[in-house]
Amino acid sequence: MSLTIGVPREIFAGEKRVATVPEVVEKLVKLGFKVVVESGAGDAANFSDDAYRGAGATVVPVGGEVWSAADMIFKVRAPAASEVALLKPATTVISFVWPAQNPELMQQMADRKLTVLAMDSVPRISRAQKMDALSSMANIAGYRAVIEAAHHFGRFFTGQITAAGKVPPAKVFVIGAGVAGLAALGAAVGLGAIVRANDTRPEVADQVKSMGAEFVPVDYQEEGTGVGGYAKVMSEGFQKAQRETFAKQAKDVDIIITTALIPGKPAPKLITEEMLRSMRPGSVIVDLAAEQGGNCEWTVPGQVVVREGITVIGYTDLPSRLAKQSSTLYATNLLRLTEELCKTKDGRIDVNFDDEAIRGATVIKEGAITWPPPPPKLSAAPPQAKPAAAAPAMAPKKSSHGHGASSEPASTKSLAITFGVGALLFWLMGAYAPASFLAHFTVFVLACFIGYMVVWNVTPSLHTPLMSVTNAISSIIAVGALIQVAPPIDAATSDRPDRLILGLAVVAITLTAINMFGGFAVTRRMLAMFRK
Amino acid sequence: MSESLATVAYIGAAILFILSLGGLSNPETSRRGNFYGIVGMTIAVLATVLGPRVTAAGVPWIIGALAVGGGIGLYAARKVQMTQMPELVALMHSLVGLAACLVGFASYVDTSIQFGGAEKAIHEVEIYIGILIGAVTFSGSIIAFGKLSGKIGGKPLLLPGRHWLNLIALLVVIWFGYLFLQAHDPAAGMMPLIVMTVIALLFGIHMVMAIGGADMPVVVSMLNSYSGWAAAATGFMLANDLLIVTGALVGSSGAILSYIMCRAMNRNFVSVIAGGFGTGAGAASAASGAAQPAGEVVAVSAAETAEMLRAAKNVIIIPGYGMAVAQAQHTVYEITKLLREKGVNVRFGIHPVAGRMPGHMNVLLAEAKVPYDIVLEMDEINDDFSDTDVSIVIGANDIVNPAAEDDPTSPIAGMPVLQVWKSKTSIVMKRSMASGYAGVDNPLFFKENNRMLFGDAKKMLDEVLGALKA
Repeated sequence: MSLTIGVPREIFAGEKRVATVPEVVEKLVKLGFKVVVESGAGDAANFSDDAYRGAGATVVPVGGEVWSAADMIFKVRAPAASEVALLKPATTVISFVWPAQNPELMQQMADRKLTVLAMDSVPRISRAQKMDALSSMANIAGYRAVIEAAHHFGRFFTGQITAAGKVPPAKVFVIGAGVAGLAALGAAVGLGAIVRANDTRPEVADQVKSMGAEFVPVDYQEEGTGVGGYAKVMSEGFQKAQRETFAKQAKDVDIIITTALIPGKPAPKLITEEMLRSMRPGSVIVDLAAEQGGNCEWTVPGQVVVREGITVIGYTDLPSRLAKQSSTLYATNLLRLTEELCKTKDGRIDVNFDDEAIRGATVIKEGAITWPPPPPKLSAAPPQAKPAAAAPAMAPKKSSHGHGASSEPASTKSLAITFGVGALLFWLMGAYAPASFLAHFTVFVLACFIGYMVVWNVTPSLHTPLMSVTNAISSIIAVGALIQVAPPIDAATSDRPDRLILGLAVVAITLTAINMFGGFAVTRRMLAMFRK
Repeated sequence: MSESLATVAYIGAAILFILSLGGLSNPETSRRGNFYGIVGMTIAVLATVLGPRVTAAGVPWIIGALAVGGGIGLYAARKVQMTQMPELVALMHSLVGLAACLVGFASYVDTSIQFGGAEKAIHEVEIYIGILIGAVTFSGSIIAFGKLSGKIGGKPLLLPGRHWLNLIALLVVIWFGYLFLQAHDPAAGMMPLIVMTVIALLFGIHMVMAIGGADMPVVVSMLNSYSGWAAAATGFMLANDLLIVTGALVGSSGAILSYIMCRAMNRNFVSVIAGGFGTGAGAASAASGAAQPAGEVVAVSAAETAEMLRAAKNVIIIPGYGMAVAQAQHTVYEITKLLREKGVNVRFGIHPVAGRMPGHMNVLLAEAKVPYDIVLEMDEINDDFSDTDVSIVIGANDIVNPAAEDDPTSPIAGMPVLQVWKSKTSIVMKRSMASGYAGVDNPLFFKENNRMLFGDAKKMLDEVLGALKA
């Protein structure tokens, strides 16, 4: 029996996202699931009930029906206590959960014997990237942060020289070059600002540069990469050097976007009151860490604060402000997770704990709390080992096409054997073969060497023309047939089977003529096509 | 024309042939190279016809044969599709082989040439060897033609004990060679000669039948080499230096090409000739079963591909035999043109054994008017993949298989490959998930930054082009 997926309306205040979109509904139906959507679930994200119906979902009226019909629930926000009460026992719930912050909710869900997969607990391993909703949401938040900053910033981002005067470009400083930080970098660069970024993990410097921004290092030696690609808490000395760097930047830039988060800890306070006061009036701070307390001392979560001419934006619902985009990406993440759960494509799921990604995401299995999961086996960070492993494999094949004996020089022993055998053969030939044969043989050997030297210089792109032209000139064999057609014969050898030889020779000439004319003509045709 | 004048003309022709091959070192000079070849051939034929060895009685026959053959050749050269070049070349090799046989037989029955003692023996050995090589070239090329044109299946045919069969064939050929030398008049020698020819023909068939489809570039260049040796052997037989020189040039050219192809596949020349990948297949599939590629395949649509291309700055296209089969090179060029107009840096990466003949892909791209300076060799482009946003693999498989570098147990381990997986995204266009000719699974398809675009290359590329224009 195939399972029914229920998609309720989000009841959290201000939440505009929805856990699935019509496009994804179609794919879920193809996987064998039935999809039930609560009426109006997609309204705030501009997905109408009709669109869901069109994609193959059943739309049920607002109320408890979606909860009672479903074997699986897809949600964005963690279910509220009132919602948990509506669930059938043994239902599977997939949503953001934040188990560390919501212990009562976890207990409540465990009591109802649910299976819960938390999208925020999907491990950060390469294979699970396609279901990493945190990254997709962070990407949106980073983009939106720049848009919000632009909205509150009183100037252009891009520098211009106009008839009405020169406009300097805005300077943007991004703290933390994770997914959100990089998205913010990209958006700000796209708007034309001068963008700088800082991160405690030195390996992201290249990523920052690849986005067209400048990496501002902290002048202090300490590796900031923690487990699972996240940053870790830094030492006191580093923090001091970091504050100095930020204070310098604060005086210079117009916009600061902070994205610094340390998992399971309150966000570090990186932008102090003193730094804020040193900024130019009209400057804007966007604090993406507001939900975890904020990176900036003036941040008020969920609000925009203007103090002493500085705007501090502490919105915690940035992805929701781009509801259509974030719903689509989130729905796709859910779809990818569902595909992993439903390898058989028959509308049934298997919460397989041997799968590292599923193991990590599952916080409650059939009523038993399984969070936190064992630590991930691999960090996404250290790619240094790989090139080293690939290098030896590549090394022996460095020899490019070029002249003659391009492979490694033969050992002295094999060289000696080659020369020895060659010398013996030549000696035999010299001892027994008649002089006329040797004359031809000389020509033959020298011609082989000329061919060898000449052909190594042929560029590989012309190998096909080389074959067709050599093919054409090998029809030189026609000469052999030509002299057999009607040689000058004296009467003494009149028993020569003239007709037979004539026949053979004429056929041979015809065959080689095909080759001769065809070969040159087709080479010509090919070479005419090579152009710059 | 006197004998000496003809000889001098032959020297001139030989020099022109060398210049002709030398001209192919660069596309700029290649057209002149081909012209030298034509001039050389014209001089050689004219010098022979006007020389002392051809009497006036033969001229009408010669003109007739040249006209008929030339007409057929020119017609074929005009009509052939560039994707069918390997077939045409294989077919032409067979003609050279057959001509060598015929000339050999004619020379043997020609009693007007009399030798004595060692000279006679050597002459007969030359005839024997000339016909042998000619016959192997002829039948081998016909089979290669059949395989390339799809008239014969690409799978290697492996007879039980085929190495022993070949060895026995060789011994029989040597034995009949001995009988042939013992024969005193052409009538007596004809029987061993014909038996040897039949064995040589069978050997040629067997040799090429045992070679798998992916090894065809080696076979085609090897047959190219054989056709040269056949001409050289004929030259010895007729005591004609021009034939010897030309045959040696062609023979060594084909041998070098075979060597280059083998090196590009990290295969031993002997093992290719001895028989296809099929021999190790049992062990290979067991090994690859153990190291089954992890992860999963992500399919994309043509529209999504177009989207990725539009967003990219650096694109590398890797064409393979699949592009030739689907005749997709023109669409590839249209896409290239469109992207280049938008400022995208599009280049092509060619693996030495892509296609069914050395340089096959270059010719196809040239036919589609792709400028040759953006078509690069594997060694030139392999370091650039890390700066590439999107690489598109069109109908190729083994030449982009990372297992060749990573997996020492893979049957293609050590073969140099195009490192497409180093680019930000790679898109593989393929009909299905089937493995390539080598029969090896390709872990590339399961890489996280790889996408698969399933379907006929031409149709899919047309859709991509449409989406790009939209």
